[in-house]
Amino acid sequence: MRKILTTEAHTPQSGKPAGLPANSVGIVEPKSHTFPGPFKLACGRVLDEYTLVYETYGTLNADKSNGVLICHALSGHHHAAGFHSETDKRPGWWDHYIGPGKPIDTNKFFVVAVNNLGGCHGSTGPSSVNPQTGKPWGPDFPPLRARDWVHSQARLADLLGIQQWAAVVGGSLGGMQAMRWSLEYPDRLRHCVVIASAMKLSAQNIAFNETARQAITSDPDFRDGRYLEEKTLPRHGLSVARMIGHITYLSDDGLGKKFGRELRSGTFEQGVEELVEFQVQSYLRYQGDTFSGSFDPNTYILMTRALDYFDLAREYNDDPVEAFSHARCKFMLVSFTSDWRFAPERSREIVDALMHANIPVTYAEVESPMGHDAFLLPNERYEKFFSAYMNNVAREHSAEITSGVAK
Amino acid sequence: MRQDLDIIYDWVPEKSRVLDLGCGDGTLLERLTREKQVSGYGLEIDPKQIQKCVERGVNVVEQNLDNGLKNFADHSFDTVVMTQALQTLRFPHLVVEEMLRVGRECIITFPNFGQWKARWHLAVSGRMPVSDLLPYEWYDTPNIHFCTFRDFEVLCRQHRWKILHRQVVSESTVSGVLKDFLPNLFGETAIYHLTR
Repeated sequence: MRKILTTEAHTPQSGKPAGLPANSVGIVEPKSHTFPGPFKLACGRVLDEYTLVYETYGTLNADKSNGVLICHALSGHHHAAGFHSETDKRPGWWDHYIGPGKPIDTNKFFVVAVNNLGGCHGSTGPSSVNPQTGKPWGPDFPPLRARDWVHSQARLADLLGIQQWAAVVGGSLGGMQAMRWSLEYPDRLRHCVVIASAMKLSAQNIAFNETARQAITSDPDFRDGRYLEEKTLPRHGLSVARMIGHITYLSDDGLGKKFGRELRSGTFEQGVEELVEFQVQSYLRYQGDTFSGSFDPNTYILMTRALDYFDLAREYNDDPVEAFSHARCKFMLVSFTSDWRFAPERSREIVDALMHANIPVTYAEVESPMGHDAFLLPNERYEKFFSAYMNNVAREHSAEITSGVAK
Repeated sequence: MRQDLDIIYDWVPEKSRVLDLGCGDGTLLERLTREKQVSGYGLEIDPKQIQKCVERGVNVVEQNLDNGLKNFADHSFDTVVMTQALQTLRFPHLVVEEMLRVGRECIITFPNFGQWKARWHLAVSGRMPVSDLLPYEWYDTPNIHFCTFRDFEVLCRQHRWKILHRQVVSESTVSGVLKDFLPNLFGETAIYHLTR
């Protein structure tokens, strides 16, 4: 049996849930809602109905003004904070930043975290049953765009009675959704928080995504995406796809510090036949294996495509300033120095466009050796900056209410 | 508020668009936004100061001024302000040129190296001045390009920058009186309001 390494970068570390940490949202339970159709997608196709799975933390206030929507990244889901049970080993994926006293403070905000449409953790997606055929959708599931997620999330807001989010928050692909929110529903959010994101992917990013998809589709068990019907699973391909992604989420420096050239087995001594294995190899395989046991390959393909297609300004004459001139909210952006997948330059492009459009924006470039993953990990400056901004978000509205300005 | 900031506050028109370079803790922008309905941004590089700006609710953007203002369009602001940062820049004259490209006007304040205390310190002790105003040793100072009022005016003439207003301030009372007669000797801080 492979030894499980404790150094997982993409899921936050945690203590034992027995005696949950005081700043945890505690035990949480996912909710599910099926929205009746027809729901028209950006590609022109229509869903008869769809289900979204989501979690909420904190309490919605009387005027329903303290809602914060968390948009997830590529491989994310609805479980952003807290634990699902007493024996749960790990909290939600963004537990460092959501909870009582944390930057997204559940004493102040009502936090909604949703599993995107097309996901594989309960929301309608390629592994759901297509009501028209009675078989899993598989590769026939319609392609999605970030705006489809935004529209589906707006209906979730309606369901919860939230007319206007205090903030829509997202990192990476989640940041793209948050920006799309600001253009599609300018009056439905007061703040847009975009972390380690970009207005569109670079060719290099698309190249990585394509390589990951090729790894999946060339697995003999992929069966043109009909693996569920054929009772196979392209685990190996998905595992390789994840390994590729994972390398790009870390920095050279971060990987070097964590593993160096340390060996897990074998030696370089002469005459020894045993295969040499580096720690980093075993770590990556562990990451890939774990992921391929819990994620749907078709969803991975669908989500990476949505990432590739995202281009904030495409229908605004390719002019980000024109695009953002439709926004009515304030923006907060953060990037991380060692993030080469969503480099600080990509965030600065967003900030420049916002300033050019005369929209309030606050931006920090946070020093971190952790690459793209930095946005999920503890970092003193990032936490303080994020907390201060979110404090203003909370305070601003309560000030408006007391002075009678609020709608 | 610091004296130089009070003066700048008076010079900035209501509801105008302001870019504050090296905005520090955001004091000036916060007051301009709240009391004069000014809109704008502060640029800052020091994480501690950026944090203070966020706490004040000022729009602050992390940016290194030594890399220029290429990301701003010509005349995209009414006034570009830079207080007590000129002396920390790699090429101060290029930044002032940039300020006058991005803004219709600019306001610059800087410490006067020609002030008597600095002159006295260097003349008598033979060492670089260290004071309340300039609390750094020569090797760890962020200030790399000190000038006197007179130096700055030479620069303005050479570049044909038009001086709209000029004011000298001094926090100490004695210098406060004398600065009007001999600004380059007694003024601690200069405030220049420039245009092209």
